[in-house]
Amino acid sequence: MATILGAISTSHVPAIGKAIARGLQREPYWQPFFAGYPPVHAWLREARPDVAVIIYNDHGLNFFLDKLPTFAVGAASEYQNADEGWGLPTTAPFPGDPQLSWHVIESLVADEFDVTTCQEMLVDHAFTVPMQLLWPSAPPWPVRTVPVCINTVQHPLPSAARCYKLGQALGKAIESYPEDVRVVIVGTGGLSHQLDGRRAGFINKSFDEQCLEQLVDDPEALTRYSNAELVERAGTQGIELLMWIAARGAIAGHACAVHSNYHIPISNTAAGVLVLERATR
Amino acid sequence: MMQLKIPGTTMFDGAMARKGYALNKMCYSLNSAANRAEFVRDEAAYCARYRLNEQQLAAVRARDVLALIEAGGNIYYLAKLAGIFGLDVQDLGAQQTGMSLDAFKAKLVAAGH
Repeated sequence: MATILGAISTSHVPAIGKAIARGLQREPYWQPFFAGYPPVHAWLREARPDVAVIIYNDHGLNFFLDKLPTFAVGAASEYQNADEGWGLPTTAPFPGDPQLSWHVIESLVADEFDVTTCQEMLVDHAFTVPMQLLWPSAPPWPVRTVPVCINTVQHPLPSAARCYKLGQALGKAIESYPEDVRVVIVGTGGLSHQLDGRRAGFINKSFDEQCLEQLVDDPEALTRYSNAELVERAGTQGIELLMWIAARGAIAGHACAVHSNYHIPISNTAAGVLVLERATR
Repeated sequence: MMQLKIPGTTMFDGAMARKGYALNKMCYSLNSAANRAEFVRDEAAYCARYRLNEQQLAAVRARDVLALIEAGGNIYYLAKLAGIFGLDVQDLGAQQTGMSLDAFKAKLVAAGH
């Protein structure tokens, strides 16, 4: 049977991808951010995942406002990255796992999550930057991938409670997969930031710190916020916390934090990484 | 549905998505390098092809981010337009808050203390 090894949530700011492309990891601006990742690499070496299920949000590469799914699951044998318009170098394609994808889709729909299925799907920086952060010496990518995309572009977005339940259903789907595959859940985005409006540059350190604690010990507390309340506390793009909440849902029950790092700022964003394992308590 | 009014913040909801559809569609097309070159070659003709309204045309001509948002632009699509002018999200943040780029960056650093 498939095993969920844990969940890693990380920021996915495009500037990180540019810094990687330019080799700036040791520069003073970047060092406190990239220093958060060697412990993640050590955890991954130990955990040896075969597959990464990546919960992310598209920013207008694969989906436009003509047809915008609330939840979409990739079911392709390969996922391409492409030009997003503002100069981030494109990455090598990512191997998929269509058999696992279809199992996940079957299970999610049976659990009343009526997802959009994508046999072709471009993946944007919200997918590629975390992959580069987790596996800096790739390609070749050491894992197959299953992309799970959540709409955070156009309100109404799914609620925090709904995203948490999606994560729980995703966890159940993976753990009912009969093949012996080792799976890591990856949630991407956040933490607090706002790109648009007169409130641009908004960051909320105390709320982020509260989230980093509650994601471990009391994720249901976070599911009680409305999306408007989350935007007020975390910023218009800080709503990407939804992906962290979904990733937390996938490991269910009690969790323990193996590692976390938090740094302000990367570009306009409070950047974080959190590695969670299931705890037996 | 969004009862909470957050200062300096526009919720990109159905009303804004309808209002900004043409503008966002044009910006979405700028994922393509060939389309970006076409925009640069003849900006007015490119905007006309996507049937931008007067408010949207004026906002594009002025490179005014707050006006682009007011005209229904979504920041993720607008970022693709801004890329043509060599502007990143920190430049956009500085412009929207009326700060210099250095002052905007300093404000972000200060948020960590």
